[in-house]
Amino acid sequence: MSNNRVAVMKTYKLLIGGEFVRSESGRSYEVQGADGAFIANVAQGSRKDVRDAVVAARAAQSRWQNATAYNRGQVLYRLGEMAESRRDELVNQVIAAEGLSATDADSTVSASIDLIIYYAGWSDKVAQVLGGSNPVAGPFFNFSVPAPTGVIGVVAPTESSLLGFVQTVLPPLCSGNTVVVVASEDRPIPGLLLGEMSATADFPGGVLNIVSGRLDEVAPTLASHEDVDGLDLTGASPEQAGEWATAAAESIKRVFVHHAGDESLSSLRRLRAFIETATVWHTIGQ
Amino acid sequence: MSPTPPPSKLGSLEYAPAPESRSSATIAAHYGLFINGSFREASSGQNFASINPATEEALSTISQANSADVDAAVVSARKAYDSVWSKMPGAERGKYLYRIARIIQERSRELAVVETLDNGKPIRESRDVDVPTAAAHFFYYAGWADKLEHAGFGPRPQPLGVAGQIIPWNFPLLMAAWKLAPALATGNTCVLKPAETTSLSAMVLAEILQQADLPPGVVNIITGDGSTGAALVAHPDVDKIAFTGSTEVGRQIQRSLATTTKHLTLELGGKGANIVFDDAPLDETVEGIIDGIFFNQGHVCCAGSRLLVQESIADDLLTRLLRRVDQLRVGDPMDKNTDVGAINSAEQLERIRVLANAGDEEGATRYTSSCELPKKGYWFAPTVFSNVAQTHRIAREEIFGPVLSVLTFRTPEEAIVKANNTTYGLACGVWSEKGSRTLWAAQRLRAGVVWANTYNRFDPTSPFGGVRESGFGREGGRHGLEGYLDV
Repeated sequence: MSNNRVAVMKTYKLLIGGEFVRSESGRSYEVQGADGAFIANVAQGSRKDVRDAVVAARAAQSRWQNATAYNRGQVLYRLGEMAESRRDELVNQVIAAEGLSATDADSTVSASIDLIIYYAGWSDKVAQVLGGSNPVAGPFFNFSVPAPTGVIGVVAPTESSLLGFVQTVLPPLCSGNTVVVVASEDRPIPGLLLGEMSATADFPGGVLNIVSGRLDEVAPTLASHEDVDGLDLTGASPEQAGEWATAAAESIKRVFVHHAGDESLSSLRRLRAFIETATVWHTIGQ
Repeated sequence: MSPTPPPSKLGSLEYAPAPESRSSATIAAHYGLFINGSFREASSGQNFASINPATEEALSTISQANSADVDAAVVSARKAYDSVWSKMPGAERGKYLYRIARIIQERSRELAVVETLDNGKPIRESRDVDVPTAAAHFFYYAGWADKLEHAGFGPRPQPLGVAGQIIPWNFPLLMAAWKLAPALATGNTCVLKPAETTSLSAMVLAEILQQADLPPGVVNIITGDGSTGAALVAHPDVDKIAFTGSTEVGRQIQRSLATTTKHLTLELGGKGANIVFDDAPLDETVEGIIDGIFFNQGHVCCAGSRLLVQESIADDLLTRLLRRVDQLRVGDPMDKNTDVGAINSAEQLERIRVLANAGDEEGATRYTSSCELPKKGYWFAPTVFSNVAQTHRIAREEIFGPVLSVLTFRTPEEAIVKANNTTYGLACGVWSEKGSRTLWAAQRLRAGVVWANTYNRFDPTSPFGGVRESGFGREGGRHGLEGYLDV
């Protein structure tokens, strides 16, 4: 290739309702790598973009919930396939964003893809592991099934640009929630790239929505939005988490705050955080 | 829809009074705070009266705990947690719970009488539902205490520590059991705050805990008004708050704990839809609607307070329903024939009146049972509003009284949309003979509990709790352990 060739610069866009959009505000911001060098322009989402994303997530929620668990698992597995086939791209962006060595970035991408596959496999097991029948004292068949909470707002981890994104976004998706995620402000690109991959992984539009931008501008809108049912504040500082959890109380949202040990997969803590137990009593008789 | 029911052939039947004897219960003139295994006076020396809402007579005086008393209770709970309860093998903890369950059964008649006198609910309900279900809860969770590693929360699930538990006045003893049994089984110690108007059965429960020889401080019971509850929520050494009550107070609690690491579960209000499809068995359905809204005078967070009837059967169903409402026996809660007792407090009665009046003002059609109401006490006749629109306050706000709002729908899809058109999500009912339709509806209703061809059933093995603004967390069943474990 000639050294004189001018490279094509890519701007990363928001993902809302299955479409890649520039912010309605017409703003973008420059994202620098760990070494301070310019990586790319990224759309700077606004409060209105967050509201649009919530509308899209709500519209998609019942279809995603009522898709078969097998189908949801296949869609999430397909995301794993997409990520594997474009892993070099992910590795490069993780190196740029986090300043990792090539070896460490490669491990991070592998762990992220494996975690996608892990949760893909959960979708049709959640009901059996977290639900069951209850032996009530009476002529009733009584059973409890896990149901998704609904629309979940996620503040993605700020440091871990890809693995952290997967850790927070996949658990609510696999149980049938739809998600509006605020990408890491300084390191949004690996997550946005995964969003691009979701578009070729048969994700119904609106199931995964990504807003990049200034955290302190967009996250409060997500936290206080009446049509958001749950909030994952993993990427918030303690001060931000307190403020946004307080806002979330207005509509009795389920709030997940990160604690040490949360990534232990054996606890299923993240999976259970946005699952509701729905119990049905049905009479038994001739 | 006609607001006047045709006369019933049963209407002329008379029942002789069948009063339960008060002599099986001895209510002390005064109860103190139960802290560290014994009763003591409030540090302020202040008391308040507990009233029988059916007669307005004062039953007893109760100590009003302030923040110093709350602190003493939490200190006692912490000490018991550190020195005794967290170290005790689960099998031994379980044996204490079994003892408590047994003593509740043995003192069941006394507890039923105390509950009915203090709360105003019919003796038939306290005798047949509240007290036996409370005993069953202790019995159920007793068996979990030594099996927690099999509960699905990892190999060694740990308790949270000191649990602050705030309960409502509608099922005083039963709510105490719902809170205490899973907390104790999982190894937590407790500070329980009963509702201001219904402390008495908790005081009898405190005596039962003494009889069971439960180690001092494992359960502390502090009585008082909202300020006592607020002090408990704010106490820095409480690890978990479990609250059952109004959505408004639940919101305040969630807000106040948002900047802390305290765990929280909330069981809040509801506006349950009871959906009747055109193939429902109508006579059974009428009984279920009655149970759904008039059980416990409608003082039930999961009450079926919005009746959604398929239009093609609405007239027929309403006629049968009003006829049945007219046969409800309203009056002396101590009479074993009574169906609907007293409203729990003057304050609640006023709230019911305000909302019912809003039903009139907004254009719904009111039908009031022709029953006679006693002269003294707090009473509200069973009431059915028809021609209710979704925008009416009586279709949106929790009334927490014997007031039913009737709406109609044409298609199953419309029924689901209307049922879900609320910020609450606690419970719903579905009436249909068609299993596939019932399951279809159950999948789409945003509610924590769905009763199909029944309503208002409770069992210790069955998880109970809401979605959306009805709160989060579950009580009952394996799921009820989660709120008291660090998992």
